[in-house]
Amino acid sequence: MSDIEERVKKIVVEHLGVEEAKIQSDSKFIDDLGADSLDTVELVMAFEEEFGCEIPDDAAEKIVTLKDAVSYLTDNSN
Amino acid sequence: MRRVVVTGLGTINPLGNTVDSSWSSLIKSNSGISKISKFDVDSYPCKIAGSIEEINISDEIVSQRDQRKIDRFIILGLIAADEAIKDSGFVSDNEAAFRSGVMVGSGIGGLDTIYKNSSILDNQGIRKISPFFIPSSLINLLSGHISIKYNLKGPNSSPVTACATGTHAIGDSFTIIKNNKADLMVCGGAEAAICPLGVSGFSAARALCDSYNDNPRKGSRPWDRDRSGFVMGEGAGVLVLEELEHAKKRNANIYAEVKGYGMSGDAFHITKPSEDGNGGFRAMEMALKESKLNNDEIEYVNAHGTSTQVGDIIELSAVERLFVSNKKLFMSSNKSAIGHLLGAAGAVEAVFSIKSMQTKTLPPTLNLDNPDRKTDVNLIPHESISKSVKNVISNSFGFGGTNASLIFGI
Repeated sequence: MSDIEERVKKIVVEHLGVEEAKIQSDSKFIDDLGADSLDTVELVMAFEEEFGCEIPDDAAEKIVTLKDAVSYLTDNSN
Repeated sequence: MRRVVVTGLGTINPLGNTVDSSWSSLIKSNSGISKISKFDVDSYPCKIAGSIEEINISDEIVSQRDQRKIDRFIILGLIAADEAIKDSGFVSDNEAAFRSGVMVGSGIGGLDTIYKNSSILDNQGIRKISPFFIPSSLINLLSGHISIKYNLKGPNSSPVTACATGTHAIGDSFTIIKNNKADLMVCGGAEAAICPLGVSGFSAARALCDSYNDNPRKGSRPWDRDRSGFVMGEGAGVLVLEELEHAKKRNANIYAEVKGYGMSGDAFHITKPSEDGNGGFRAMEMALKESKLNNDEIEYVNAHGTSTQVGDIIELSAVERLFVSNKKLFMSSNKSAIGHLLGAAGAVEAVFSIKSMQTKTLPPTLNLDNPDRKTDVNLIPHESISKSVKNVISNSFGFGGTNASLIFGI
């Protein structure tokens, strides 16, 4: 697991209160991990905080799985 | 005519995290007032409050994950609601859900959450504001959370009448059931305003006690000559009200009947009660009329009694005037022990009013060393009294000149 994936996973565990073992890289935050639309806004804020970047709304809308988040942050984080 | 009874009680307050623990502490003359330790109060004129020091929140009531998304007043309200609903034994199925509602209010709501987000906005900008900021601080979200958690799809609302909120919530719920718009209501109030902005705001309004910082237990002293303002408290009180036949049908334990509800407005001043006490008098009179009781049948007044210079004597005078023919009237103020729980006060005091009848014990008014003036009303100084009473009235008066009274009987 990459460093970025590990950090993203940690945030998802903390914010959604799900066990780490249940998170697959293609798990959807809303459909599979019990998040609602407000949770996903908060998740994106937590990613921004952790990775020191700003994720524009149009990009945030496309981040629906762990894999999406890792891939975006790999390309865009500082 | 539909009659309304109380079938469930719940509270968390500075004397305990349940009805039984706080009630037994109250009648032992314990005080829940202490120095504020949650934040630095060095520069504050009032440094004392009735704080709830330890809360054990089971995951079943609010999960760790959800605690971050709701203000403390909602957490306190959910704890009291859980106790009351479990106590009532009511489980909402799909048919009953539509006839079962929620009305739990708050005086101020998520003040600390508003304060913190305001600081974030100023210091870090708009992108750092939590998406949960608004839903965690809105007052009616407590009723919303309770409805979602316990599947209650009937009337859903939240009164906001400052320090009369809890009493209005119970009274309005009583009216809803009486008028056949619901069979069961979960009702009451919750407050968690012991935060920097809350304490400074009430201090600025010169409402808080500022002369007992070194002796917190002595700070709340209704009707005493040396009182100097109210002491803030936090917590929640929740009652389950139910139509009598509905309660009987499911063999519910019936604590008491709600017999009357009165309300009025002072139309006088934003924070001071009307000097002739007419507002409080008319609220009590309206409740008495609805109860169809004679005024000498009311044996105990659970007073608003906040320990303010003006308010205490105005209430006492109004009580004397209405119950003039009752020479054996008892009255005490729970606020002497738990402080003023603002929007939760009336609800917690309703719980204690009912416990007074159930346990045949009238709770004391602490610190009443030197009554401000003579009265025939027994103000129960220092220690509780063993006495069987059948009908009690509970008063709440709030900023804005809003008054409410409830009569409970067994």
